[in-house]
Amino acid sequence: MDVVFDILSSANFWAAAIRIATPLIFGVLGALICERAGVLNLGIEGIFVAGAMAGWMAVFLGAGLWGGVLIAAVAGGLFGLLHAFLTVILGLSQHVSGIGITLLATSASYFTYRTALPNVTTPPRIVPFQPVSIPGLSDIPFVGPALFQQTPMTFLALLLVGALALVLYRTPLGLAIRAVGDNPASVEAQGLSVTGLRVGAVVLGSALMALGGAFLTMSAFDAFFFGMVNGRGWICIALVVFASWQPGKALLGALLFGAFDAFQIRLQAQIGQVVPGQVFLMMPYLLSIVALILVARRADYPRALLQPWTKGQRH
Amino acid sequence: MNVRLEPRENASVGLRLCVSLAAGVAALLLVAIPVLLAGRSPLEAYALMIQGAFGSMFALSETLNRATPLILTGLAAAVAFRAKLWNIGAEGQLYIGALAAVCVGSGLLQLPPALMLPTVMIAGFLAGGLMMVIPAVIKQRFGADEVVITLLLNFVVILFIQMLVEGPLKDPLSMGWPQSVPLIAEAKLPKLLPRLRMHWGLIVGVVAALALWLMVRKTVLGFEIRAVGENKAAARFAGIPVDATMLKVALISGGLAGLAGVGEVAGVKGYLSADLSPGFGYSGIVVAMLAGLSPIGTVLAALFVAAVFVGADSMSRATGISSYIADLVVALSLLCVLVGSFFLRFRLRFGQQSVGA
Repeated sequence: MDVVFDILSSANFWAAAIRIATPLIFGVLGALICERAGVLNLGIEGIFVAGAMAGWMAVFLGAGLWGGVLIAAVAGGLFGLLHAFLTVILGLSQHVSGIGITLLATSASYFTYRTALPNVTTPPRIVPFQPVSIPGLSDIPFVGPALFQQTPMTFLALLLVGALALVLYRTPLGLAIRAVGDNPASVEAQGLSVTGLRVGAVVLGSALMALGGAFLTMSAFDAFFFGMVNGRGWICIALVVFASWQPGKALLGALLFGAFDAFQIRLQAQIGQVVPGQVFLMMPYLLSIVALILVARRADYPRALLQPWTKGQRH
Repeated sequence: MNVRLEPRENASVGLRLCVSLAAGVAALLLVAIPVLLAGRSPLEAYALMIQGAFGSMFALSETLNRATPLILTGLAAAVAFRAKLWNIGAEGQLYIGALAAVCVGSGLLQLPPALMLPTVMIAGFLAGGLMMVIPAVIKQRFGADEVVITLLLNFVVILFIQMLVEGPLKDPLSMGWPQSVPLIAEAKLPKLLPRLRMHWGLIVGVVAALALWLMVRKTVLGFEIRAVGENKAAARFAGIPVDATMLKVALISGGLAGLAGVGEVAGVKGYLSADLSPGFGYSGIVVAMLAGLSPIGTVLAALFVAAVFVGADSMSRATGISSYIADLVVALSLLCVLVGSFFLRFRLRFGQQSVGA
């Protein structure tokens, strides 16, 4: 038990938990916006890869770090637009389109990377975002080093949680987005465009997902690796159910997840000789499955999720 | 002059075939763009791909060898998707099937030689099937979505396999390489022709496709699967045991993916390793969609996808264009066939609006 306490009482551990949670926060928020508007976006895994590659490549070719973030968001948004065209405008299967987007975004990213850098054996590096200390706040004992000495993208993720909650629950636009995933007929009765709202939500959500990928190559690491996303997108799809489609709970879910992951990495260092490393690596996926099973019965899915809408449709 | 969409009741077999062919061709045409961006000639690339996939007996054998697991994972996806069971876990089921093959067929179990291969195949089928029955049961008991669970299980399974081939199953004679103990000779699928890699797994795949086709067409289970897939509530109302049907579909679907794993271990590699499958499970989804979920079509679609991979590999070696071009073609054909399915549901009408429309 001492081991557990030692781990949990170090600021270093909590800083790592927040760092691991950051890409998931972006991903869960992105998936949340899409699903709140009634569209499941299984393109997330590939959009993560595209964001990771596009952002990194932009910086590698000379763009600034924030320029890279922007490029990543645009790349994600474009794949989102394709998903929206197929599922919202043509009303095709969201499952199949999402898998297709994941395959396309992944292979397009890998192809681009290989074509641009045909002869590299070790992945080239960029200078990534550095941790910034927020004056005053970062000097608070324990909390300061854990929470206020992160990279700018982590602060952006945390800000986005608040911003999204505000928009969803306090603005007419948020009301419209929530309604379009629950009862699109009511939205159309208000004279709003169901299609427009859904397309917008999917594009915006996909752009956020891409930021999750960009965080990996531009903040957590400094290079792009094949297979680096490694299921993080799918984990986000599980977490959004766990979070009951609410931004606050999404943050909580991602942080819990980050804490657990940071914990298992440290535990592995302690008892790694006895238990094979793969057991620890399985934990995030198993944890997501368990989380999904626990909440599934109570899950309050957006009622129009997966249902295409045709203008003027009657029930 | 205006264009309208009219719902279509039933799309003919010919139309379905046209849509699939058009999707494949469109995907191949679309990758001309990345090939041009990479500074190469698309025509040269196509020619090299065709040559690489079909140009010699060796090339043809490689294509058929590659198609073998894709037929089985394609069937796995096709039968599940028909029942609207979203099995995206064929990759994991394939590995579990391969694992079962190694457990049964590496000499620990003593059996008469004639029984060895059937036992290996049944074990692989059941193990893969069980791997899909678990998420199906979880869905029925707890209401948890099978899509995410099967996707996440793929990662768990690969790590589990890595653990085994680095640990208890590791071949002491593999010079430290993480691979399992080999299958004994009686547990292996014989080659179809000497000196070529294609093996009897291909026949297994084609027979499985025919069997599935017969099942869907002629048996009660086939009828139940179609009914459940079209409308679950109506099927339940009509007295079809929906839950039991779903579990049977899960077993068959996972089992077919498991057989794909058996084929790779018993027909190609001879041992299990964590790099057994370059994404056969995921490509199987594309195969099934290209086939319009038809079992016979799956064989043809698997040949197409296999030819793309084998052809692209060979083209890549000759031109230096990244072999990820094959993954691009496969992804694009999935999206193209999805767009094509729009035209199976609606017909475009040009001209005057008809009365009462």
